[in-house]
Amino acid sequence: MTDGQISLRAAATDARTEPGLVRWIITGLAVLFLTVFVVLPLVLVFAEAFSRGVGAYFSALIEPEGLAAIRLTLLVAAISVALNLVFGLVAAWAITKFDFPGKSFLITLIDLPFSVSPVISGLLFVLLFGMQGFFGPWLQNHGIQILFAVPGIVLATVFVTFPFVARALIPLMQEQGTLEEEAAISLGASGLQTFFRITLPNIKWGVLYGVLLCNARAMGEFGAVSVVSGHIRGETNTMPLLVEILYNEYQFVAAFAIASLLAMLALVTLVVKTILERHLDEGQPVSDD
Amino acid sequence: MTIELKNLVKKFGAFTALDGVDLKIADGELLALLGPSGSGKTTLLRIIAGLDWPDAGEVRFDGENALTRGAGERHVGFVFQHYALFRHMTVFENVAFGLRVQPRAIRKDEAGIRARVKELLDLVQLDWLANRYPSQLSGGQRQRIALARALAIQPRILLLDEPFGALDAKVRKELRRWLRSLHEEINVTSVFVTHDQEEALEVANRVVVMDKGRIEQIGTPAEVYDRPATAFVHSFIGESVVLPVNVSDGQVWVGDQALNIKPNGAAPGPSHLFVRRHDMQVAPPGGGLRGSVRYLRTFGAVQRADIALTAGDGETLIEIDTPRDRPLQIGEVVELQPTRFRIFSA
Repeated sequence: MTDGQISLRAAATDARTEPGLVRWIITGLAVLFLTVFVVLPLVLVFAEAFSRGVGAYFSALIEPEGLAAIRLTLLVAAISVALNLVFGLVAAWAITKFDFPGKSFLITLIDLPFSVSPVISGLLFVLLFGMQGFFGPWLQNHGIQILFAVPGIVLATVFVTFPFVARALIPLMQEQGTLEEEAAISLGASGLQTFFRITLPNIKWGVLYGVLLCNARAMGEFGAVSVVSGHIRGETNTMPLLVEILYNEYQFVAAFAIASLLAMLALVTLVVKTILERHLDEGQPVSDD
Repeated sequence: MTIELKNLVKKFGAFTALDGVDLKIADGELLALLGPSGSGKTTLLRIIAGLDWPDAGEVRFDGENALTRGAGERHVGFVFQHYALFRHMTVFENVAFGLRVQPRAIRKDEAGIRARVKELLDLVQLDWLANRYPSQLSGGQRQRIALARALAIQPRILLLDEPFGALDAKVRKELRRWLRSLHEEINVTSVFVTHDQEEALEVANRVVVMDKGRIEQIGTPAEVYDRPATAFVHSFIGESVVLPVNVSDGQVWVGDQALNIKPNGAAPGPSHLFVRRHDMQVAPPGGGLRGSVRYLRTFGAVQRADIALTAGDGETLIEIDTPRDRPLQIGEVVELQPTRFRIFSA
């Protein structure tokens, strides 16, 4: 009996975990990798931005071009997040609460922007709205400017970011099913009452999660926006585009100052994301006994 | 309220869930829909509730066509199999939901709602849980809250889908008794779905046995158990011994042996003899079912014997209790006389 217990315990220490050396090597490798590829660059961004002091940093930010880029980025993000919030809710609702032919095709289509290079997404809009494009001549005749203007940037950003909200909601809503909605309807609730009182509260953390990721991408998008923006200074440059221009012109402090704002956005996003993920876990459906 | 279902048909793709169902449910009745999974009983319940729509047929509430009205307008209380409580609301708000979403014209004021919810929570004896969330309740408590929520809108019919399915055996027994007494108290026409025959026979006033989208038999629990209308009902409800027999010349044959039982109007041809094991006893030779004793145990006044009946090509092993004043021996060939039986064509 005693022998059995001892050998059991010895076996447990051996089987349950790796030898100390292996643990140290694996953990060390992970930390080293993260330091070199993530932490170091992030620190460098801030170090470079403040290399000529706090004064130089802030004066770079309040340059008219810098301010214009910040304003444009916020505007574009606000519009695309709002549009994709509505689109994502509608798409997730349709996919999870109804059955219709072509449903799996729609799910694949939602993922398209993830699988297409952002530059291609941008080119797509050039092909549609450019001078030689499909709608180009018509738009020209009616004096509507889409490419190399804010509408083009918004369109490209909406396209690139539209999977985020839908993708955050579809698995959540699939897991939750339609039973609570059915219960609400049989209790006499209307469609709108059911949505606002039952569905929305159940998915609110998922919605916030999707909006957060959508916003981070909308503000940080470079490729697609670069193709459609035309790089008109003070007019169609978003923050990522301005960073590139300033860097190419050897204005390192200014480039890194703007870059540091984007880096801060990323850090805030990370923190909020962690908090939201905790709430999402709490929102799991009530299990049966 | 009375419910009348006429020739209901419902298909899901190639699968026929309901294949022509006719049923009348009387006012104040407590009816069980009993059947194996896939028999269409839950679909039938959902169609009555307005959560599914039939491909053909009629649903009438008090003679009025219910299919023109959506689920919300039918005043049906529905208790879901897994309760479907609103997870982000307290127990109180769950029960109050049906009252809060009523049109402004007939909605109670806050005090009225509070009083009604309190009354319902008292009815299900869970008023002390008002501020808890569904995830903090036990299975039996969730079940009763789901019931209170369904009753809040003063439904004209109460529909329950596998009301005891997700509960453990002890809670299940308690809740059965409780549901019966609740039904006597509120006297709302109630229909519940179950795959558990014991539950159906114990709780319901009337049982509808379903299989493959059709109704096999409608009757009181005693009728369904004692006089099964079809082979399916006989084998689904209670334990049955099934033996291949042949009916010809007004006689029932097992192989070349004629039994001393009457075919009771069974059609000539290959058939099955259905007997419950407690409806058979060891009898003197003369036309009973032959079998040899395989194993014996003795408990007090009875001996329990495993007897291998020769039937058709093989053997059917059955276990019966016989009095000790007729001692049996292992290996002995005995005859069993069916006292109550049914014969259905194969």
